[in-house]
Amino acid sequence: MNTTASLPLPQPRTKVEAIERSPGFWSGVLAKLMRDPVALGAGAVLLALIVMAIFANQLLPADPYATSMFKRLKPIGFEGYPLGADELGRDMLSRLMLGTRLSLFMGITPVLIAFVIGSAIGILAGYAGGLVNTLIMRTIDILYAFPSVLLAIALSGALGAGIGNALLSLTIVFIPQIARVAESVTTQVRGRDYVEAARASGAGPFTIVRVHVLGNVLGPIFVFATSLIAVSMILASGLSFLGLGVRPPEPEWGLMLNTLRTAIYSQPLVAALPGVMIFITSISFNLLSDSLRSAMDVKS
Amino acid sequence: MSIGISIEHIGVAADSDRGGPAQPLLTVNGLVKHFDLKKGFVDTVMGRGKVVRAVDGVDFRILKGETLGVVGESGCGKSTTARLLMHLIDPSAGEIVFNGETVGSPALPLREYRRQVQMVFQDSYSSLNPRLTIQDSIAFGPQVHGVPKQEAITRARNLLERVGLEPRRFAGRYPHELSGGQRQRVNIARALACEPRLVILDEAVSALDKSVEAQVLNLLMDLKEEFGLTYLFISHDLHVARYISDRVMVMYLGKVAETGPAEALFEQPLHPYTRALLSSMPSMDPDRRTEEAALAGDPPNPIDPPPGCRFHTRCPLAEAVCSQRAPSLKTRQRRETACLIHEPGSGHSHAAAVAAAVHAS
Repeated sequence: MNTTASLPLPQPRTKVEAIERSPGFWSGVLAKLMRDPVALGAGAVLLALIVMAIFANQLLPADPYATSMFKRLKPIGFEGYPLGADELGRDMLSRLMLGTRLSLFMGITPVLIAFVIGSAIGILAGYAGGLVNTLIMRTIDILYAFPSVLLAIALSGALGAGIGNALLSLTIVFIPQIARVAESVTTQVRGRDYVEAARASGAGPFTIVRVHVLGNVLGPIFVFATSLIAVSMILASGLSFLGLGVRPPEPEWGLMLNTLRTAIYSQPLVAALPGVMIFITSISFNLLSDSLRSAMDVKS
Repeated sequence: MSIGISIEHIGVAADSDRGGPAQPLLTVNGLVKHFDLKKGFVDTVMGRGKVVRAVDGVDFRILKGETLGVVGESGCGKSTTARLLMHLIDPSAGEIVFNGETVGSPALPLREYRRQVQMVFQDSYSSLNPRLTIQDSIAFGPQVHGVPKQEAITRARNLLERVGLEPRRFAGRYPHELSGGQRQRVNIARALACEPRLVILDEAVSALDKSVEAQVLNLLMDLKEEFGLTYLFISHDLHVARYISDRVMVMYLGKVAETGPAEALFEQPLHPYTRALLSSMPSMDPDRRTEEAALAGDPPNPIDPPPGCRFHTRCPLAEAVCSQRAPSLKTRQRRETACLIHEPGSGHSHAAAVAAAVHAS
């Protein structure tokens, strides 16, 4: 290669000319979120929690499993225990940090699985309409009729304790809720003229769903699903509290709340800490989901 | 076999003209669409479910290369007819013959028919997918019919150019960034992308303001010339229908009242309903202003249409026989009319006089 090769060559004329492109829908949503202080704050908190969950092993100040009979139920600020110690003398800060991992996992996983399955069921029912819709939605309604807490406890109780079964029962709790939202959004979109126009051009149902329906329904369903993450975390904590979810000695916020409840009179601040974590996380998810909703809502 | 169900064959192109230019491009025979009303349990048991007779036995033809205008009050079945022609809803009865082949028969499967017949909707916003760029929306139809993506995009850009939107500026835009007139141009390009022979324009210009409406109408006429199209033009605006149509069909309460060449029909309406409809047209001449409404009130309920001639409840020439006998479409000199007055021996007192007048001429 000699130096002349670096000179600009005349561009070959291609058939397809360069065109001006508008920013896509999602980049617009992102831009709006970046201007929303609430969304930024909630996002920052969640990001910090996720980083903490992923790098918990590197960040832990002390061994979260090491017990000490002499350091039981120490207050916040006790020497060597910045957030106190629990009923077995384990470091609260380390346990709360490691607990982020399981609590976020229990909050996000069921919603994610239910999002995939529930969306598929709802979109199928909404797009097919008629008898298929009636059959699917009435079946969904039977599950939906139970209060979600009751259903989660009943399913977990029937399946037996353990993380896997808790995840399964939570997933089953969320599928009907997501399917209902997916069905109603899809029914709306199905009636739009652009879907009619696609049918009129001879496209099959799968092509229409892929090109014209998915892009217009997944956004709203996703927003609804993010609002469920907070519910899922609280339900998962509840299951652990009842002894149906995570087993000791694994740190999980709900379980920690349970084991510390006996200390509510002696060390109320320490006992309340896991609850504070659950509160902060779930409210952050809710605020982010609200901002996402309003960012996606605006038409212009 | 019902029309709605078809075995989809790999398209055998049926673009060639059947029966020469004299054969209609589209023939509709006895098209019926009844919508079931929501029934209660008791109604189901008693078997007294009611139906809305949106389209109740419609016959017409669209000739090759013409523009057939369809006019009528709201609720007369114009749009339902359009949707039936597009097979967006299945007809309750009747058949559609396109270019000599029954739609849905093995010779003309629905998929192939749909390529040849396209539609432009009234609402320019909701007829474009908000998540697709303009060029992707236009290129979707051809891709469904097997045109490779790159070629479909090129075709979309050429069509954008043709409908007066610079591809460089508009191809990568989203629908909400365009004005109503621009969006309707995109919809027209989208309809043309499949290279159809018949384009159904369902109130396609009604939502546009007057100056844009005129531009789009002229564009439609140019495109028709250039691509050799045939139009079915549905409008509630009689001026527009007269301007663009070669022939006009007047519908009333799910039936055809009158069909005929646009000029003749507007100059000398035969059906009393057409006459009443035309006299409701605002005139440009202040001396010929409309003093009183020619048609009072709303059309009767299509759930329970009047017996006999459907127009007899509002017709100034109605007689006793009109509520007993339903008129059928009678052809005379390229014009079809469904009125007992134009049916010799129908029993209507005007019928004999009209027959005599025709005989004399």
